[in-house]
Amino acid sequence: MIVYIAISIMFFVGIYGMMVKKNIIKMIIGVNIIGYAVNLFFIVIGYKNGGIPPILISGMGIKEFVEKAVNPLPQALVLTSIVIDLSIICFLASLSIRIYEKYGTFDLEKIRRLKG
Amino acid sequence: MVINIGFHIFLLLMMVIGAGIAIFSKKLISSLVSLGTVGMLLSIYFLILGAPDIAITQLVVEVLTLIILLSAITGRDVTADMTSSKIYGFFLFFIFIISIITIFSYSYFIFPEFGNSNMRVGKEYLYLAPSKLKAANAVTAIVLDFRGYDTIGEATVIFTAIIGVMVLLRKKGKKDE
Amino acid sequence: MNKGMSEIVKNISKIVSPFIIIFGISIIFYGHLTPGGGFPGGVIIAASFVLLLLAYGREKVLSKLSLYKSDILHDIGAIMFLSVALIGFSGGIFFLNFFDKGKLFSLWSGGNLLFSNIAIGLKIGTSLFLGITLLSMIRIVYKKNKIEFYEKEEDIK
Repeated sequence: MIVYIAISIMFFVGIYGMMVKKNIIKMIIGVNIIGYAVNLFFIVIGYKNGGIPPILISGMGIKEFVEKAVNPLPQALVLTSIVIDLSIICFLASLSIRIYEKYGTFDLEKIRRLKG
Repeated sequence: MVINIGFHIFLLLMMVIGAGIAIFSKKLISSLVSLGTVGMLLSIYFLILGAPDIAITQLVVEVLTLIILLSAITGRDVTADMTSSKIYGFFLFFIFIISIITIFSYSYFIFPEFGNSNMRVGKEYLYLAPSKLKAANAVTAIVLDFRGYDTIGEATVIFTAIIGVMVLLRKKGKKDE
Repeated sequence: MNKGMSEIVKNISKIVSPFIIIFGISIIFYGHLTPGGGFPGGVIIAASFVLLLLAYGREKVLSKLSLYKSDILHDIGAIMFLSVALIGFSGGIFFLNFFDKGKLFSLWSGGNLLFSNIAIGLKIGTSLFLGITLLSMIRIVYKKNKIEFYEKEEDIK
């Protein structure tokens, strides 16, 4: 129960960075922290006490492997999610480079006031 | 090797403090360094929770994230101390937090307890992967064979993001020609 | 990222980076036996090329592996993965595993997992290398009141 509360505190810190801060790079860091918190939540859901990773090694029977291993289904969902987050950060960084070229600053207040 | 609950709580506390430093600091360079620390602690925590291939992926992806964010900062303005009032932002943030806590507070009590996960579908995949498909790694068998349709979707998303980067960083637009 | 770094960094990255590429290829090929697979292996191969990009500068790396060639390798990876899916469709089920599955714990086991791993590794490695190289191609410095463009940008082909 404490683990779920700690993960949601990290999620709220990321939401704060995305909603309140005025610097564009701080907003991108907030999106990254939200991604970390959601991936961690999925893997914590699939943990089993005293479990081994879901990979069969040479001397183990299949029945014992099914009893002891950790749930492999959330790990398959998180594996693609991490690589998708990296490409989203790459796209956001290129957007912020273009914004800096046009307005000369990273501050959101000054960007809202200038026109064209 | 028995790892008790105190070790989990210690690692989670360091991650939350690192995330706090990354958002609330005044210079951009120090917030990038603490973002790297959070990523590395997350990779160690994935290894303790029994997910080795995700630990490898998270470690390398975090290093590449630092390189991308550093290349967007160098040569440009690096102070993060903005001089405008944030009262409107705080107000929206409080409304958002209070609505999430009141709507989802019931679900904190029906989560599975930390350590018993519901393995109704996972048991079938763990049994089918070494016996029918003869593959020793159950996670790779799920990603590429049992749920291969999602991998096509993921490849499409990455392809679209990279094409977006190619279009944004072009030298001449359509109007200049 | 345009100029390279000093001589010590260049010599060490020249020695270390083939080992990183071989480590990445080993994680891709043995993806059905040990932890790993297509995704970590592809990201490791992209990281080794980014190391060469940081140490030697952009011009020298692009003369060896140009943007046009990495674009073609990206398309080959995508076509390989889709063809494995669609040929299985001719057997009646989408993604049917039609190869012969050998014994457990040998290299040829698990049907079409080997080809899918290689296709995904190629696709992701070249995608991320393209993305990070394109970010370094434009460099603008904002001085006092006028903007000076230091654009050393080449065309894509």
